[in-house]
Amino acid sequence: MEAANKGCCCQSMKAQDERYQKLADIIARYAGQPGALIPVLHQAQEVFGYLPNDVQVLIAEGLDVPLSEVDGVITFYSLFTSQPRGKYTIGVCMGTACYVKGAAAVLEELKQQLGIDVNGTSADGLFTLEVTRCVGACGLAPVMNIGDDVYGRLKPEDIREILDKYIQAERQADA
Amino acid sequence: MAVYRLHVLVCAGAGCVSSNCKAVEAALQDELEKAGIAEEVKVVETGCIGTCDLGPLIVVYPEGVFYQRLTPDDAREIVNEHFVKGRIVRRLLYRPAEDAEPVALTADMDFFRRQYRIALRNTGVIDPEVIEEYIARDGYAALGKVLSTMSPEQVIDEIKRSGLRGRGGAGFPTGLKWEFAYKAPGDEKYVVCNADEGDPGAFMDRSILEGDPHSVIEAMSIAGYAIGAKQGFVYVRAEYPLAVERLTKALNQAREYGLLGENIFGTDFSFDIEIRVGAGAFVCGEETALLTSIEGKRGEPRPRPPFPAVKGVFGKPTLLNNVETYANICPIILNGAEWFAEIGTEKSRGTKVFAIAGDINNTGLVEVPMGTTLREVIFDIGGGIPKGKKFKAAQTGGPSGGCLTEEHLDISMDYESLTQVGSMMGSGGLIVMDENTCMVDIARFYLDYTKDESCGKCTPCRVGTTRMLEILTRLTEGKGEEGDIEKLETLARNIKASSLCGLGQSAPNPVLSTLQHFREEYEAHVRDKRCPAGQCLALIQFFIEPELCRGCGLCIKVCPENAISGNRREPHEIDVELCVKCGACQERCPFDAIIRR
Repeated sequence: MEAANKGCCCQSMKAQDERYQKLADIIARYAGQPGALIPVLHQAQEVFGYLPNDVQVLIAEGLDVPLSEVDGVITFYSLFTSQPRGKYTIGVCMGTACYVKGAAAVLEELKQQLGIDVNGTSADGLFTLEVTRCVGACGLAPVMNIGDDVYGRLKPEDIREILDKYIQAERQADA
Repeated sequence: MAVYRLHVLVCAGAGCVSSNCKAVEAALQDELEKAGIAEEVKVVETGCIGTCDLGPLIVVYPEGVFYQRLTPDDAREIVNEHFVKGRIVRRLLYRPAEDAEPVALTADMDFFRRQYRIALRNTGVIDPEVIEEYIARDGYAALGKVLSTMSPEQVIDEIKRSGLRGRGGAGFPTGLKWEFAYKAPGDEKYVVCNADEGDPGAFMDRSILEGDPHSVIEAMSIAGYAIGAKQGFVYVRAEYPLAVERLTKALNQAREYGLLGENIFGTDFSFDIEIRVGAGAFVCGEETALLTSIEGKRGEPRPRPPFPAVKGVFGKPTLLNNVETYANICPIILNGAEWFAEIGTEKSRGTKVFAIAGDINNTGLVEVPMGTTLREVIFDIGGGIPKGKKFKAAQTGGPSGGCLTEEHLDISMDYESLTQVGSMMGSGGLIVMDENTCMVDIARFYLDYTKDESCGKCTPCRVGTTRMLEILTRLTEGKGEEGDIEKLETLARNIKASSLCGLGQSAPNPVLSTLQHFREEYEAHVRDKRCPAGQCLALIQFFIEPELCRGCGLCIKVCPENAISGNRREPHEIDVELCVKCGACQERCPFDAIIRR
């Protein structure tokens, strides 16, 4: 039934979805200001988790910027994404200090444990694996972020336990 | 005002936050309450103290007692023994070597003793979220002096005479830059701070913004006054959320106190600052790309001239300096150009902050006079290479720089000397590598980086770096061909000569520099299909030295592929057919009997 109705009721669904209201507020706050596109994209991505096509269209219209330019900016900057992500983004730092201290082995272990490649999302939708640029915690190399948590002085054998923490928290939340 | 018997500085730099310093701080507060001395001891959260590897850490004043690698469980002992009874807790002190006597005071630690802190003067000393602490250390006095007693020309002259040069990499004279922006015609001008610290391994700008944000705000205001701008932008990497948070707080406090906004100090001068957060593009550290990004566009560089001083943000004259450069401004204004010019070498005045990381004992942030030798930084301050390994190289200048080797250990670290030996100062990231690092692999790593970060606008950089990466990857996989080294050299020359911006022009540097110093390593990869450092997995095999193996069986247990066999107390063997070269056995072996060859 949902599929059949998708075409006609999405407008009203959007109206009900408070995320779109938030987006409208963000756009209204920045409209007319020079250089507003990047801050708006940052905030929109915070609201939606990613930047789907319809959001891009709304931003282009709201800021009076061609859609091609909105898309051009999104594809240029690595932190913007038009694909949905897992609940937690794992970012393995690939700065030089981390690389010298064995970040490649940590990344390999994550790929194995999650069964995905870089930029992939795990089957349970929990984790998206990414490599990041230097996060500036070189003293603790090698380093990875999971969401807002930072893990330093990593060894491949630490990975299982760290992932399990998130998986268990998720199970408990479900129960 | 409350008077405290002791001040406890808890490092809350990004590194220590990651090591969970907040839990240690909470435990300390808790124990202070329990001991009934919370009124006598003040706990202060500071920015980066510098010794990131030793975190979580605290420094207890007035003496400056340094406690390291703390856990919340240590709080009780510190409070009861030290704070109540006055007895220093020896087991939590720093030891320069495992068997060395512990050192109690920061003043006696080589890491701190040899530093000269100008840009980092407040970082790790004050609470960055309390403007009063900044003001108490002469904060906003320089802005006051400038607005009440100096003309814009005098300010620019002072900076020029100090000899300060850009700390972001190129080393352009700062005063001259200010003068260009001042002289550029136009009513509307901008002051921009480049905090897009992209060079992997450099984290001084992050630490200054997190530990002493007002020093940047104040210096930008002074710059605004000098060149005639009313608006400033700080362009920060999105990877630095804590820096954005603390800078935002600092901006609000400065506005509240009338130190930012309309009619600062009651004068005609008005100035305000906005934060622009990057979105993950290394090229945006390049000045013209950064300006384009502030305008909300794809951060592609544009040709110079026109230079930003003439045509910058939104086409207006723009002054652009990096964080560390701004952090030097206020002390120059307060102490005079002559004072600053006396520090450092003839052409490189003042100090430089280095972020030391990689294979080194004391990783962290240090500020030393220009002209300090690499040996002093790595061995005296940095404590040398861990596990008694040999120093092989230090990379400066990140993906745009080059490596320094043993023969350069006594080189003076200043702009000219580093450039002369084929490296560069860059932003001050210093990655130390030990004998187990493969230089071909490191060159591949950097090219992988620049290939990814090339914005794609110009062909030499976009296609050239891809081709170089292909060759380097081939070498590390044992598929190198005769003539590859020469191809790399030709490509490197062409890319350097014909790229549009600094990213492309410097992208081949890591290859050229490693080729210059470690050519035999490249040749071993090409001709003998051998990796002398034992890092390139396709070119090595793991092997048990029968004379060293005691047959303890630990390697058998950790091997994920059951590739190791042997009877107890007899030398074991690795089946190379089954071995996946994970290295777990080598890590585990207590007798160092497992080797790569």
